[in-house]
Amino acid sequence: MAKPESELTWRDLEIGSIVTEPGNASQYRTGDWRSQRPSHDFAKCIKCGLCYIFCPEGCLSQTAEGYFEADLFYCKGCGICAQECPTGAIAMQQEEE
Amino acid sequence: MAQRLGMEVSVALGEAVKLADADVIAAYPITPQTHIVEHLAELVADGELDAEYIPVESEHSAMSACLGAAASGARTFTASAGQGLELMHEVLYVASSMRLPIVMAVVNRALSAPLSVWGDHSDAMAVRDTGWIQLFTENGQDVVDQVLCAFRIAEDRRVLLPVMIHLDGFHLSHVIEPITLPEQTQVEQFLGTNQYPLPLHPNKPVAMGDFGPPFIYTETKWAQEVNLRKSKEVVLECWQEFGRTFKRHYQPVEGYHSEDARVLLLTMGSFSETAMTAIERMRQNGQEVGLIRLRLWRPFPFSEVRRAVKNAELLIVLDRAISFGGPGGPVCSEIRSALYNQEKRPKIVSFVGGLGGRDITVDGFEQIITRGIEIGQKGSEQEFEIFGVRE
Ligand code: SF4
Ligand code: SF4
Repeated sequence: MAKPESELTWRDLEIGSIVTEPGNASQYRTGDWRSQRPSHDFAKCIKCGLCYIFCPEGCLSQTAEGYFEADLFYCKGCGICAQECPTGAIAMQQEEE
Repeated sequence: MAQRLGMEVSVALGEAVKLADADVIAAYPITPQTHIVEHLAELVADGELDAEYIPVESEHSAMSACLGAAASGARTFTASAGQGLELMHEVLYVASSMRLPIVMAVVNRALSAPLSVWGDHSDAMAVRDTGWIQLFTENGQDVVDQVLCAFRIAEDRRVLLPVMIHLDGFHLSHVIEPITLPEQTQVEQFLGTNQYPLPLHPNKPVAMGDFGPPFIYTETKWAQEVNLRKSKEVVLECWQEFGRTFKRHYQPVEGYHSEDARVLLLTMGSFSETAMTAIERMRQNGQEVGLIRLRLWRPFPFSEVRRAVKNAELLIVLDRAISFGGPGGPVCSEIRSALYNQEKRPKIVSFVGGLGGRDITVDGFEQIITRGIEIGQKGSEQEFEIFGVRE
Protein backbone atom coordinates (compact mmCIF):
# COMPACT_ATOMS: atom_id res chain seq x y z
CA MET A 1 0.00 0.00 0.00
CA ALA A 2 1.33 3.36 -1.05
CA LYS A 3 -0.32 5.32 1.78
CA PRO A 4 -0.33 4.46 5.46
CA GLU A 5 -3.56 2.75 6.56
CA SER A 6 -4.82 5.73 8.50
CA GLU A 7 -4.69 8.01 5.44
CA LEU A 8 -6.48 5.74 2.96
CA THR A 9 -9.78 7.25 1.79
CA TRP A 10 -12.68 5.59 -0.01
CA ARG A 11 -11.41 7.12 -3.25
CA ASP A 12 -8.15 5.20 -2.95
CA LEU A 13 -9.90 1.86 -3.13
CA GLU A 14 -9.95 -0.24 -6.26
CA ILE A 15 -13.38 -1.28 -7.55
CA GLY A 16 -14.89 -3.76 -5.13
CA SER A 17 -11.84 -3.21 -2.87
CA ILE A 18 -9.90 -5.62 -5.10
CA VAL A 19 -6.32 -6.08 -3.98
CA THR A 20 -4.02 -5.71 -6.97
CA GLU A 21 -0.71 -6.03 -5.12
CA PRO A 22 -0.07 -9.76 -4.69
CA GLY A 23 1.06 -10.86 -1.25
CA ASN A 24 0.44 -7.58 0.53
CA ALA A 25 -1.20 -9.49 3.39
CA SER A 26 2.40 -9.97 4.57
CA GLN A 27 2.34 -6.30 5.59
CA TYR A 28 -0.44 -7.00 8.04
CA ARG A 29 0.82 -7.36 11.60
CA THR A 30 -1.12 -10.21 13.17
CA GLY A 31 1.38 -10.31 16.03
CA ASP A 32 -0.55 -7.71 17.97
CA TRP A 33 -3.48 -10.12 18.43
CA ARG A 34 -1.21 -12.10 20.77
CA SER A 35 -1.60 -12.24 24.53
CA GLN A 36 0.98 -15.02 25.00
CA ARG A 37 4.21 -15.68 23.15
CA PRO A 38 5.95 -19.01 22.58
CA SER A 39 9.38 -19.35 24.12
CA HIS A 40 11.63 -22.19 22.96
CA ASP A 41 14.00 -24.04 25.27
CA PHE A 42 16.54 -25.25 22.73
CA ALA A 43 18.11 -27.61 25.26
CA LYS A 44 14.94 -29.73 25.12
CA CYS A 45 14.41 -29.40 21.34
CA ILE A 46 14.99 -32.51 19.22
CA LYS A 47 14.50 -30.58 15.93
CA CYS A 48 11.55 -32.75 14.90
CA GLY A 49 9.78 -29.81 13.21
CA LEU A 50 6.30 -30.63 14.55
CA CYS A 51 5.86 -27.06 15.80
CA TYR A 52 6.72 -25.81 12.31
CA ILE A 53 4.19 -28.16 10.71
CA PHE A 54 1.35 -27.38 13.10
CA CYS A 55 1.73 -23.58 13.30
CA PRO A 56 -1.47 -22.31 11.60
CA GLU A 57 0.15 -18.98 10.90
CA GLY A 58 3.21 -20.45 9.14
CA CYS A 59 5.37 -18.10 11.11
CA LEU A 60 7.96 -20.57 12.43
CA SER A 61 11.20 -20.97 10.54
CA GLN A 62 14.32 -23.02 11.04
CA THR A 63 17.57 -21.38 12.09
CA ALA A 64 21.00 -22.33 10.75
CA GLU A 65 21.45 -24.56 13.82
CA GLY A 66 18.21 -26.44 13.00
CA TYR A 67 16.06 -24.98 15.80
CA PHE A 68 12.69 -23.33 15.22
CA GLU A 69 11.79 -19.75 16.04
CA ALA A 70 8.58 -17.78 15.71
CA ASP A 71 8.40 -14.51 13.78
CA LEU A 72 6.64 -12.36 16.35
CA PHE A 73 5.40 -9.91 13.70
CA TYR A 74 2.93 -12.65 12.71
CA CYS A 75 2.71 -15.10 15.67
CA LYS A 76 -0.84 -14.90 17.09
CA GLY A 77 0.04 -16.71 20.28
CA CYS A 78 -2.42 -19.55 19.75
CA GLY A 79 -0.21 -22.03 21.64
CA ILE A 80 -0.62 -24.88 19.17
CA CYS A 81 3.16 -25.25 18.81
CA ALA A 82 3.51 -25.60 22.59
CA GLN A 83 0.66 -28.11 22.69
CA GLU A 84 2.16 -30.25 19.91
CA CYS A 85 5.83 -30.20 20.93
CA PRO A 86 6.64 -33.80 22.05
CA THR A 87 9.44 -32.77 24.43
CA GLY A 88 7.81 -29.78 26.12
CA ALA A 89 10.41 -27.43 24.66
CA ILE A 90 7.93 -24.62 24.09
CA ALA A 91 6.38 -22.65 26.92
CA MET A 92 3.73 -19.95 26.45
CA GLN A 93 4.60 -16.76 28.28
CA GLN A 94 2.24 -13.93 29.11
CA GLU A 95 2.86 -10.77 27.06
CA GLU A 96 3.65 -7.82 29.29
CA GLU A 97 1.30 -5.19 27.75
CA MET B 1 -36.91 -7.42 -39.21
CA ALA B 2 -37.64 -8.04 -35.57
CA GLN B 3 -40.83 -10.07 -35.36
CA ARG B 4 -43.66 -9.68 -32.92
CA LEU B 5 -44.62 -13.11 -31.64
CA GLY B 6 -46.93 -14.57 -29.04
CA MET B 7 -44.65 -16.00 -26.37
CA GLU B 8 -44.65 -16.98 -22.73
CA VAL B 9 -42.87 -14.22 -20.85
CA SER B 10 -40.44 -16.68 -19.17
CA VAL B 11 -39.43 -18.05 -22.57
CA ALA B 12 -39.03 -14.55 -23.97
CA LEU B 13 -36.81 -13.73 -21.01
CA GLY B 14 -34.64 -16.74 -21.85
CA GLU B 15 -34.50 -15.56 -25.45
CA ALA B 16 -33.35 -12.13 -24.27
CA VAL B 17 -30.50 -13.76 -22.34
CA LYS B 18 -29.60 -15.63 -25.51
CA LEU B 19 -29.67 -12.39 -27.50
CA ALA B 20 -27.34 -10.90 -24.89
CA ASP B 21 -25.07 -13.88 -25.54
CA ALA B 22 -24.51 -14.72 -21.87
CA ASP B 23 -21.36 -16.76 -21.19
CA VAL B 24 -22.32 -18.41 -17.91
CA ILE B 25 -25.68 -19.32 -16.42
CA ALA B 26 -25.70 -20.86 -12.96
CA ALA B 27 -29.16 -21.46 -11.59
CA TYR B 28 -31.33 -23.68 -9.45
CA PRO B 29 -34.91 -24.20 -10.56
CA ILE B 30 -37.72 -22.92 -8.35
CA THR B 31 -41.34 -22.12 -9.10
CA PRO B 32 -42.27 -19.70 -10.68
CA GLN B 33 -38.82 -19.11 -12.19
CA THR B 34 -38.54 -22.64 -13.64
CA HIS B 35 -39.53 -21.96 -17.24
CA ILE B 36 -36.75 -19.40 -17.59
CA VAL B 37 -33.94 -21.73 -16.56
CA GLU B 38 -35.47 -24.70 -18.34
CA HIS B 39 -35.54 -22.73 -21.54
CA LEU B 40 -31.95 -21.56 -21.07
CA ALA B 41 -30.76 -25.09 -20.28
CA GLU B 42 -32.41 -26.22 -23.51
CA LEU B 43 -30.84 -23.44 -25.57
CA VAL B 44 -27.40 -24.36 -24.22
CA ALA B 45 -27.95 -28.11 -24.66
CA ASP B 46 -29.13 -27.60 -28.25
CA GLY B 47 -26.09 -25.50 -29.05
CA GLU B 48 -28.18 -22.42 -29.74
CA LEU B 49 -26.48 -20.48 -26.98
CA ASP B 50 -22.75 -20.92 -26.53
CA ALA B 51 -22.64 -20.70 -22.75
CA GLU B 52 -21.60 -22.70 -19.73
CA TYR B 53 -24.75 -23.85 -17.92
CA ILE B 54 -23.90 -24.81 -14.33
CA PRO B 55 -26.65 -26.89 -12.70
CA VAL B 56 -25.85 -26.19 -9.08
CA GLU B 57 -27.17 -27.88 -5.92
CA SER B 58 -28.76 -24.80 -4.33
CA GLU B 59 -29.37 -21.10 -4.83
CA HIS B 60 -26.52 -20.33 -2.45
CA SER B 61 -24.25 -22.20 -4.85
CA ALA B 62 -25.90 -20.58 -7.86
CA MET B 63 -24.98 -17.11 -6.72
CA SER B 64 -21.54 -18.27 -5.58
CA ALA B 65 -20.86 -19.74 -9.02
CA CYS B 66 -22.03 -16.47 -10.55
CA LEU B 67 -19.49 -14.58 -8.43
CA GLY B 68 -16.67 -16.66 -9.83
CA ALA B 69 -17.93 -16.41 -13.38
CA ALA B 70 -18.40 -12.65 -13.24
CA ALA B 71 -15.01 -12.22 -11.55
CA SER B 72 -13.38 -13.94 -14.51
CA GLY B 73 -15.05 -11.45 -16.85
CA ALA B 74 -17.85 -13.68 -18.14
CA ARG B 75 -21.29 -12.27 -18.93
CA THR B 76 -23.27 -13.93 -16.17
CA PHE B 77 -26.95 -14.60 -15.66
CA THR B 78 -29.10 -16.31 -13.06
CA ALA B 79 -32.72 -16.34 -11.97
CA SER B 80 -34.49 -17.14 -8.75
CA ALA B 81 -37.64 -16.56 -6.70
CA GLY B 82 -39.01 -16.52 -3.16
CA GLN B 83 -37.30 -19.01 -0.87
CA GLY B 84 -34.53 -19.50 -3.42
CA LEU B 85 -33.69 -15.82 -3.32
CA GLU B 86 -33.64 -16.01 0.46
CA LEU B 87 -31.24 -18.94 0.37
CA MET B 88 -28.78 -16.92 -1.71
CA HIS B 89 -29.24 -13.88 0.50
CA GLU B 90 -25.76 -13.61 2.02
CA VAL B 91 -24.09 -14.05 -1.36
CA LEU B 92 -26.12 -11.18 -2.81
CA TYR B 93 -24.22 -8.75 -0.61
CA VAL B 94 -20.92 -10.24 -1.76
CA ALA B 95 -21.86 -9.75 -5.42
CA SER B 96 -22.59 -6.05 -4.99
CA SER B 97 -19.72 -5.33 -2.58
CA MET B 98 -17.28 -6.99 -4.95
CA ARG B 99 -18.84 -5.00 -7.81
CA LEU B 100 -19.59 -7.98 -10.01
CA PRO B 101 -21.92 -7.29 -12.95
CA ILE B 102 -24.29 -10.25 -12.59
CA VAL B 103 -27.80 -10.04 -14.03
CA MET B 104 -30.57 -11.87 -12.19
CA ALA B 105 -34.26 -12.21 -12.92
CA VAL B 106 -36.32 -12.48 -9.75
CA VAL B 107 -39.74 -13.95 -10.41
CA ASN B 108 -41.44 -12.51 -7.38
CA ARG B 109 -42.97 -15.06 -5.06
CA ALA B 110 -44.44 -14.92 -1.56
CA LEU B 111 -42.35 -16.25 1.32
CA SER B 112 -43.29 -19.24 3.48
CA ALA B 113 -45.07 -20.11 5.77
CA PRO B 114 -47.68 -21.11 4.77
CA LEU B 115 -46.07 -22.38 1.62
CA SER B 116 -47.03 -20.27 -1.35
CA VAL B 117 -45.63 -20.52 -4.84
CA TRP B 118 -47.68 -17.50 -5.91
CA GLY B 119 -46.60 -13.95 -6.36
CA ASP B 120 -46.07 -10.93 -4.16
CA HIS B 121 -43.14 -8.68 -3.34
CA SER B 122 -42.04 -10.07 0.03
CA ASP B 123 -38.97 -11.69 -1.56
CA ALA B 124 -38.01 -8.45 -3.28
CA MET B 125 -38.38 -6.40 -0.11
CA ALA B 126 -36.21 -8.83 1.85
CA VAL B 127 -33.31 -8.14 -0.52
CA ARG B 128 -33.87 -4.42 -0.71
CA ASP B 129 -30.63 -3.46 1.00
CA THR B 130 -28.29 -5.90 -0.70
CA GLY B 131 -26.72 -3.16 -2.85
CA TRP B 132 -28.06 -4.39 -6.19
CA ILE B 133 -29.59 -2.15 -8.83
CA GLN B 134 -33.24 -3.20 -8.90
CA LEU B 135 -35.85 -2.71 -11.60
CA PHE B 136 -39.53 -3.67 -11.59
CA THR B 137 -41.26 -4.68 -14.80
CA GLU B 138 -44.88 -4.54 -15.94
CA ASN B 139 -45.25 -6.69 -19.05
CA GLY B 140 -43.42 -9.16 -21.26
CA GLN B 141 -41.89 -6.60 -23.60
CA ASP B 142 -40.69 -4.64 -20.61
CA VAL B 143 -39.04 -7.79 -19.20
CA VAL B 144 -37.17 -8.52 -22.44
CA ASP B 145 -36.09 -4.89 -22.75
CA GLN B 146 -34.91 -4.68 -19.14
CA VAL B 147 -32.84 -7.84 -19.46
CA LEU B 148 -30.92 -6.22 -22.30
CA CYS B 149 -30.61 -2.93 -20.42
CA ALA B 150 -29.53 -4.76 -17.28
CA PHE B 151 -26.47 -6.25 -18.94
CA ARG B 152 -25.49 -2.89 -20.37
CA ILE B 153 -25.96 -1.09 -17.05
CA ALA B 154 -24.26 -3.77 -14.97
CA GLU B 155 -21.20 -3.99 -17.20
CA ASP B 156 -20.77 -0.25 -17.71
CA ARG B 157 -17.33 0.74 -16.37
CA ARG B 158 -18.90 3.50 -14.29
CA VAL B 159 -21.28 1.04 -12.65
CA LEU B 160 -19.99 -2.55 -12.35
CA LEU B 161 -22.84 -3.65 -10.12
CA PRO B 162 -25.24 -6.58 -10.21
CA VAL B 163 -28.76 -5.89 -11.47
CA MET B 164 -32.00 -7.55 -10.41
CA ILE B 165 -35.02 -7.52 -12.68
CA HIS B 166 -38.23 -8.17 -10.77
CA LEU B 167 -41.21 -9.69 -12.55
CA ASP B 168 -44.36 -10.93 -10.89
CA GLY B 169 -44.61 -14.69 -10.49
CA PHE B 170 -47.38 -16.23 -12.67
CA HIS B 171 -49.23 -12.94 -13.20
CA LEU B 172 -46.39 -11.97 -15.50
CA SER B 173 -43.94 -14.86 -15.79
CA HIS B 174 -46.46 -17.40 -17.08
CA VAL B 175 -48.63 -15.34 -19.38
CA ILE B 176 -48.40 -15.39 -23.16
CA GLU B 177 -48.02 -11.97 -24.66
CA PRO B 178 -47.10 -10.50 -28.03
CA ILE B 179 -43.40 -9.68 -27.72
CA THR B 180 -40.86 -8.24 -30.14
CA LEU B 181 -37.43 -9.78 -29.86
CA PRO B 182 -34.82 -7.39 -31.22
CA GLU B 183 -32.37 -8.39 -33.94
CA GLN B 184 -29.16 -10.04 -32.79
CA THR B 185 -26.94 -7.47 -34.53
CA GLN B 186 -28.78 -4.58 -32.90
CA VAL B 187 -28.39 -6.19 -29.49
CA GLU B 188 -24.69 -6.79 -30.08
CA GLN B 189 -24.25 -3.15 -30.93
CA PHE B 190 -26.28 -2.01 -27.97
CA LEU B 191 -24.43 -4.21 -25.49
CA GLY B 192 -20.88 -4.44 -26.76
CA THR B 193 -18.69 -6.93 -24.97
CA ASN B 194 -18.18 -7.32 -21.26
CA GLN B 195 -14.83 -5.77 -20.32
CA TYR B 196 -14.49 -6.30 -16.60
CA PRO B 197 -11.47 -4.14 -15.71
CA LEU B 198 -9.79 -6.39 -13.16
CA PRO B 199 -10.72 -9.97 -14.00
CA LEU B 200 -9.24 -13.01 -12.36
CA HIS B 201 -6.38 -13.97 -14.61
CA PRO B 202 -3.14 -15.86 -13.89
CA ASN B 203 -1.11 -13.19 -15.72
CA LYS B 204 -2.23 -10.49 -13.34
CA PRO B 205 -3.06 -11.89 -9.92
CA VAL B 206 -5.61 -10.02 -7.84
CA ALA B 207 -7.38 -10.86 -4.60
CA MET B 208 -11.14 -10.32 -4.38
CA GLY B 209 -13.44 -10.27 -1.39
CA ASP B 210 -10.65 -9.78 1.12
CA PHE B 211 -10.59 -9.08 4.76
CA GLY B 212 -11.65 -5.53 5.74
CA PRO B 213 -10.56 -4.54 9.24
CA PRO B 214 -12.18 -1.59 11.04
CA PHE B 215 -9.63 0.85 9.63
CA ILE B 216 -11.00 0.43 6.11
CA TYR B 217 -14.50 -1.16 6.24
CA THR B 218 -16.32 2.19 6.50
CA GLU B 219 -14.47 3.46 3.42
CA THR B 220 -15.42 0.35 1.43
CA LYS B 221 -19.10 0.83 2.30
CA TRP B 222 -19.09 4.52 1.43
CA ALA B 223 -17.42 3.76 -1.91
CA GLN B 224 -20.20 1.25 -2.57
CA GLU B 225 -22.93 3.72 -1.64
CA VAL B 226 -21.51 6.50 -3.82
CA ASN B 227 -21.22 4.07 -6.69
CA LEU B 228 -24.78 2.76 -6.42
CA ARG B 229 -26.23 6.26 -6.20
CA LYS B 230 -24.22 7.42 -9.20
CA SER B 231 -25.36 4.45 -11.23
CA LYS B 232 -28.71 6.23 -11.70
CA GLU B 233 -27.15 8.47 -14.36
CA VAL B 234 -26.05 5.42 -16.29
CA VAL B 235 -29.48 3.78 -15.93
CA LEU B 236 -31.08 6.93 -17.38
CA GLU B 237 -28.52 7.13 -20.14
CA CYS B 238 -29.07 3.45 -20.97
CA TRP B 239 -32.85 3.90 -21.22
CA GLN B 240 -32.36 6.93 -23.48
CA GLU B 241 -30.05 4.97 -25.73
CA PHE B 242 -32.46 2.03 -25.65
CA GLY B 243 -35.27 4.36 -26.70
CA ARG B 244 -33.21 5.70 -29.60
CA THR B 245 -32.26 2.22 -30.78
CA PHE B 246 -35.41 0.19 -30.13
CA LYS B 247 -38.07 2.92 -29.93
CA ARG B 248 -39.38 1.86 -26.56
CA HIS B 249 -38.98 4.30 -23.72
CA TYR B 250 -38.53 3.78 -19.99
CA GLN B 251 -38.33 6.10 -16.98
CA PRO B 252 -37.48 5.54 -13.30
CA VAL B 253 -40.96 6.78 -12.38
CA GLU B 254 -43.75 6.61 -14.93
CA GLY B 255 -47.10 8.33 -14.76
CA TYR B 256 -50.54 7.62 -16.11
CA HIS B 257 -52.99 10.53 -16.03
CA SER B 258 -50.79 11.74 -13.21
CA GLU B 259 -49.93 15.30 -14.24
CA ASP B 260 -53.19 16.95 -13.18
CA ALA B 261 -54.41 14.31 -10.72
CA ARG B 262 -55.35 15.35 -7.22
CA VAL B 263 -55.30 11.77 -6.05
CA LEU B 264 -52.46 9.46 -7.03
CA LEU B 265 -52.04 5.74 -6.63
CA LEU B 266 -48.53 4.30 -6.61
CA THR B 267 -47.85 0.73 -7.71
CA MET B 268 -44.92 -1.44 -8.76
CA GLY B 269 -44.81 -4.34 -11.19
CA SER B 270 -47.44 -5.96 -13.38
CA PHE B 271 -50.43 -4.93 -11.23
CA SER B 272 -49.84 -1.43 -12.57
CA GLU B 273 -51.49 -2.47 -15.82
CA THR B 274 -54.75 -3.39 -14.06
CA ALA B 275 -54.49 -0.21 -12.02
CA MET B 276 -54.32 1.80 -15.26
CA THR B 277 -57.63 0.34 -16.40
CA ALA B 278 -59.17 1.33 -13.07
CA ILE B 279 -57.76 4.86 -13.38
CA GLU B 280 -59.11 5.13 -16.90
CA ARG B 281 -62.58 4.11 -15.72
CA MET B 282 -62.54 6.53 -12.79
CA ARG B 283 -61.36 9.32 -15.07
CA GLN B 284 -64.33 8.68 -17.34
CA ASN B 285 -66.52 9.12 -14.27
CA GLY B 286 -64.95 12.52 -13.74
CA GLN B 287 -62.59 11.69 -10.88
CA GLU B 288 -59.20 13.42 -10.89
CA VAL B 289 -57.17 10.33 -10.20
CA GLY B 290 -53.86 9.21 -11.64
CA LEU B 291 -51.21 6.53 -11.33
CA ILE B 292 -47.51 6.58 -10.57
CA ARG B 293 -45.48 3.44 -11.32
CA LEU B 294 -42.13 3.01 -9.69
CA ARG B 295 -39.81 1.18 -12.07
CA LEU B 296 -36.39 1.93 -10.59
CA TRP B 297 -36.35 0.68 -7.00
CA ARG B 298 -32.60 0.87 -6.36
CA PRO B 299 -31.00 3.35 -6.58
CA PHE B 300 -34.17 5.02 -5.31
CA PRO B 301 -35.24 7.84 -7.68
CA PHE B 302 -35.76 10.57 -5.06
CA SER B 303 -36.00 13.57 -7.37
CA GLU B 304 -38.29 11.81 -9.86
CA VAL B 305 -40.66 10.64 -7.11
CA ARG B 306 -40.79 14.14 -5.60
CA ARG B 307 -41.49 15.67 -8.98
CA ALA B 308 -44.17 13.12 -9.83
CA VAL B 309 -46.28 13.72 -6.73
CA LYS B 310 -45.71 17.41 -6.09
CA ASN B 311 -49.12 18.57 -7.33
CA ALA B 312 -51.17 15.83 -5.72
CA GLU B 313 -53.16 16.20 -2.52
CA LEU B 314 -53.29 12.52 -1.72
CA LEU B 315 -50.97 9.66 -2.50
CA ILE B 316 -52.14 6.09 -1.98
CA VAL B 317 -49.34 3.54 -1.98
CA LEU B 318 -50.04 -0.10 -2.65
CA ASP B 319 -47.47 -2.54 -1.31
CA ARG B 320 -47.46 -6.25 -2.04
CA ALA B 321 -45.45 -7.04 1.10
CA ILE B 322 -45.77 -6.33 4.81
CA SER B 323 -43.18 -4.91 7.12
CA PHE B 324 -44.48 -6.82 10.15
CA GLY B 325 -45.04 -4.65 13.18
CA GLY B 326 -43.73 -1.69 11.22
CA PRO B 327 -45.13 1.39 9.56
CA GLY B 328 -47.01 -0.45 6.80
CA GLY B 329 -45.83 -1.37 3.37
CA PRO B 330 -42.07 -1.09 2.82
CA VAL B 331 -42.49 0.93 -0.38
CA CYS B 332 -44.81 3.32 1.38
CA SER B 333 -42.28 3.88 4.19
CA GLU B 334 -39.67 4.85 1.66
CA ILE B 335 -42.01 7.16 -0.18
CA ARG B 336 -42.90 8.80 3.13
CA SER B 337 -39.27 9.39 4.02
CA ALA B 338 -38.51 10.67 0.53
CA LEU B 339 -41.28 13.27 0.90
CA TYR B 340 -41.21 14.09 4.60
CA ASN B 341 -38.92 17.11 4.33
CA GLN B 342 -40.64 18.54 1.27
CA GLU B 343 -42.54 21.76 1.87
CA LYS B 344 -45.37 20.73 -0.38
CA ARG B 345 -46.30 17.10 -0.27
CA PRO B 346 -49.42 14.98 -0.49
CA LYS B 347 -51.03 13.13 2.39
CA ILE B 348 -49.97 9.51 2.27
CA VAL B 349 -52.13 6.44 2.77
CA SER B 350 -50.63 2.94 2.92
CA PHE B 351 -52.35 -0.17 1.59
CA VAL B 352 -51.06 -3.71 1.51
CA GLY B 353 -52.67 -6.16 -0.90
CA GLY B 354 -52.14 -8.76 -3.57
CA LEU B 355 -50.33 -11.08 -1.15
CA GLY B 356 -49.44 -14.65 -2.07
CA GLY B 357 -50.91 -14.45 -5.56
CA ARG B 358 -54.25 -12.93 -4.65
CA ASP B 359 -55.44 -10.89 -7.57
CA ILE B 360 -56.48 -7.27 -7.40
CA THR B 361 -59.05 -6.65 -10.10
CA VAL B 362 -60.02 -3.37 -11.75
CA ASP B 363 -62.90 -3.14 -9.25
CA GLY B 364 -60.42 -3.86 -6.49
CA PHE B 365 -58.23 -0.94 -7.48
CA GLU B 366 -61.28 1.32 -7.59
CA GLN B 367 -62.16 0.22 -4.06
CA ILE B 368 -58.60 0.89 -2.87
CA ILE B 369 -58.65 4.39 -4.32
CA THR B 370 -62.12 5.14 -2.96
CA ARG B 371 -61.20 3.90 0.51
CA GLY B 372 -57.87 5.75 0.28
CA ILE B 373 -59.70 9.02 -0.41
CA GLU B 374 -61.94 8.33 2.58
CA ILE B 375 -58.93 7.72 4.86
CA GLY B 376 -57.30 10.86 3.43
CA GLN B 377 -60.33 12.88 4.57
CA LYS B 378 -61.22 11.19 7.84
CA GLY B 379 -57.92 9.70 8.90
CA SER B 380 -57.42 6.19 10.21
CA GLU B 381 -56.48 4.54 13.48
CA GLN B 382 -54.24 2.09 11.66
CA GLU B 383 -50.78 2.58 10.22
CA PHE B 384 -51.96 0.85 7.07
CA GLU B 385 -54.90 -1.09 5.73
CA ILE B 386 -54.80 -4.51 4.24
CA PHE B 387 -56.96 -4.77 1.16
CA GLY B 388 -59.52 -7.53 0.82
CA VAL B 389 -58.82 -9.37 4.07
CA ARG B 390 -61.87 -11.27 5.36
CA GLU B 391 -62.74 -10.06 8.84
S1 SF4 C 1 1.82 -19.66 19.15
FE1 SF4 C 1 0.61 -20.30 17.40
S2 SF4 C 1 1.06 -18.74 15.88
FE2 SF4 C 1 2.68 -18.55 17.40
S3 SF4 C 1 4.29 -19.83 16.65
FE3 SF4 C 1 3.10 -21.11 18.03
S4 SF4 C 1 1.64 -22.13 16.67
FE4 SF4 C 1 2.48 -20.41 15.52
S1 SF4 D 1 8.10 -29.43 18.21
FE1 SF4 D 1 9.38 -29.06 19.99
S2 SF4 D 1 11.01 -30.50 19.70
FE2 SF4 D 1 10.02 -30.42 17.76
S3 SF4 D 1 11.18 -28.86 16.64
FE3 SF4 D 1 9.52 -27.80 17.64
S4 SF4 D 1 10.34 -27.09 19.55
FE4 SF4 D 1 11.73 -28.64 18.80
